[in-house]
Amino acid sequence: MAEQTVNKDIAKEENLVFKKTSVLTDKVMHYCPGCGHGTAHRLIAEVIEEMNIQSECIGITPVGCSVLMYNYLDVDMQEAAHGRAPALATAVKRLMPEKFVFTYQGDGDLAAIGTAETIHAANRGENITIFFINNGIYGMTGGQMAPTTLPNMKSSTSPYGRDVKMMGNPLKMTELVAQLPGTYYVTRQAVHTPKDVRKAKKAIRKAFENQKLERGLSLVEIVSNCNSGWKMTPLQANEWMVENMFPFYPMGDLKVDGEMVK
Amino acid sequence: MKELKLMKGNEAIAEAAIRAGADAYFGYPITPQSEVLEYLMAEKPHERTGMVVLQAESEVAAINMVYGGAACGRKVFTSSSSPGISLKQEGISYIAGSELPCLIVNVVRGGPGLGTIQPSQSDYFQATKGGGHGDYRLIVLAPSSVQEMADFVKLGFDLAFKYRNPAMILTDGAIGQMMEKVWLEEQQPRMTEFPEWATTGKKPGKERNIITSLDLDSAMQEKFNLKIQEKYREMEENEVRYETFECDDAEYLLVAYGTSARICQKSVQLAREKGIKVGLLRPQTLFPFPKKKISEMASQVKGILSVEMSAGQMVEDIKLSVEGKVKVGHFGRMGGIIHSAEEIVTALEQKIIGG
Repeated sequence: MAEQTVNKDIAKEENLVFKKTSVLTDKVMHYCPGCGHGTAHRLIAEVIEEMNIQSECIGITPVGCSVLMYNYLDVDMQEAAHGRAPALATAVKRLMPEKFVFTYQGDGDLAAIGTAETIHAANRGENITIFFINNGIYGMTGGQMAPTTLPNMKSSTSPYGRDVKMMGNPLKMTELVAQLPGTYYVTRQAVHTPKDVRKAKKAIRKAFENQKLERGLSLVEIVSNCNSGWKMTPLQANEWMVENMFPFYPMGDLKVDGEMVK
Repeated sequence: MKELKLMKGNEAIAEAAIRAGADAYFGYPITPQSEVLEYLMAEKPHERTGMVVLQAESEVAAINMVYGGAACGRKVFTSSSSPGISLKQEGISYIAGSELPCLIVNVVRGGPGLGTIQPSQSDYFQATKGGGHGDYRLIVLAPSSVQEMADFVKLGFDLAFKYRNPAMILTDGAIGQMMEKVWLEEQQPRMTEFPEWATTGKKPGKERNIITSLDLDSAMQEKFNLKIQEKYREMEENEVRYETFECDDAEYLLVAYGTSARICQKSVQLAREKGIKVGLLRPQTLFPFPKKKISEMASQVKGILSVEMSAGQMVEDIKLSVEGKVKVGHFGRMGGIIHSAEEIVTALEQKIIGG
């Protein structure tokens, strides 16, 4: 990265209107330009800073694009095997119930290989927070079909579009998990506009605060884009996401304070 | 104060773990080891010591709970039997690759596949050569009595923490199920301070702790591999444990561990009644393997018979230790059959003495 020149006449303390949260490290993120992971990381980090729980947090990272999240978040972190983050989080929380324990998982990690760990951690009512980034594709491995890939959506392993007769249906894990008595808060958010960022941040904060109530698992799904995997520009990807992903994965709360939202 | 009890091997493991100050157990039922989980649930260790006990949804989840708990610097363990241990291999590889201490108990049953619920020793390769993917080793302890089932729990935890490496108790369905008297250690307190690498929440002013087995830089990954290999060489130098029986004047040697070693004691007696001077070497650690002692014995005896309830797995390590100095053979029954003392003597006569 080239050194950026700073105009010292402007960069004065009294002129600052925004400051990066101290819970994010200075490491340059490896995410593609336009990807939602960076925003989601930042919101989690900001909430941790605002709640003043940096020293009380243990995060579990998945296998997938966000496998290196531990390089960006300045909290103690464990890197799980593919799909197993809720099992690790279960043990961490049971051994240290006073800590704030969260997992951060993609759709392949949470809704395919980790289906059992996700459902059972939720059903046991583990008092943890799961952040679920759903971009409908396996990003890290190069754009293969995910459990959440939409019908007829193209990927490198569904090059003619997802044929549901042959390849099965997309899995709505968030709807599934919301049915379970062990979940206390289940919501679906996005981070592609300033308005959505603000809403998502509120949801993230609520999901962390719920841990203090000890009433069960909180899951925040963030529907996101994968412009590289979808083979679109960042702007096209966001537009495509709104037109195609949102109707299938509708925004909003599914369960609040242990009650299903009608 | 120590306490004398009559217990099953599986129960002794569970009770010894509570008394060793274990922080958590995560398991899944499978015959012939389910008594570990049953005993722990009945004993309510959360009331006795605050220990966490949880029945997981699968062996895969259980070993990953162990991973999470171990990453917090806690004393955690799991147990299973052969098919379940196969399921745990992914997690064990990650635990070894993240340099975390934990204890895994394998109460072996006959395989392959679903196999049988009867005892076997056919998981030796899996236990001692790594088991999962990548170049790693477990510290492998092989008890041959209910007393050792209990004693090796504390030893396993101690070695696991000493080397930041998973330890395994490799036992079998016979020792897991049989009842013997056992002296139990008095209750040890659970840890109140945790290793500096543990993920217990970032301390103000200190670097955060990251537990991972990932390094995308091959040069760094090789460096890490060399580091853990060095650790395994240290184990080979310092942690070999074995027992000898009637070896001083032995002209022939039986090598056996676990249940096979118990039977071989009788075989030594029967052979000596026939005028054959036989001794027994019983490895208590299968990794590190008693290479040096076996090499020494190879200079003393005329032949060595490895006795295992398998198609012959440990015999390969014996041959590597003997380096062709004397004849080495194998005898063993499979599929859950336990050999008789007489069969072993006949095998010694036919395969080693007469062969």
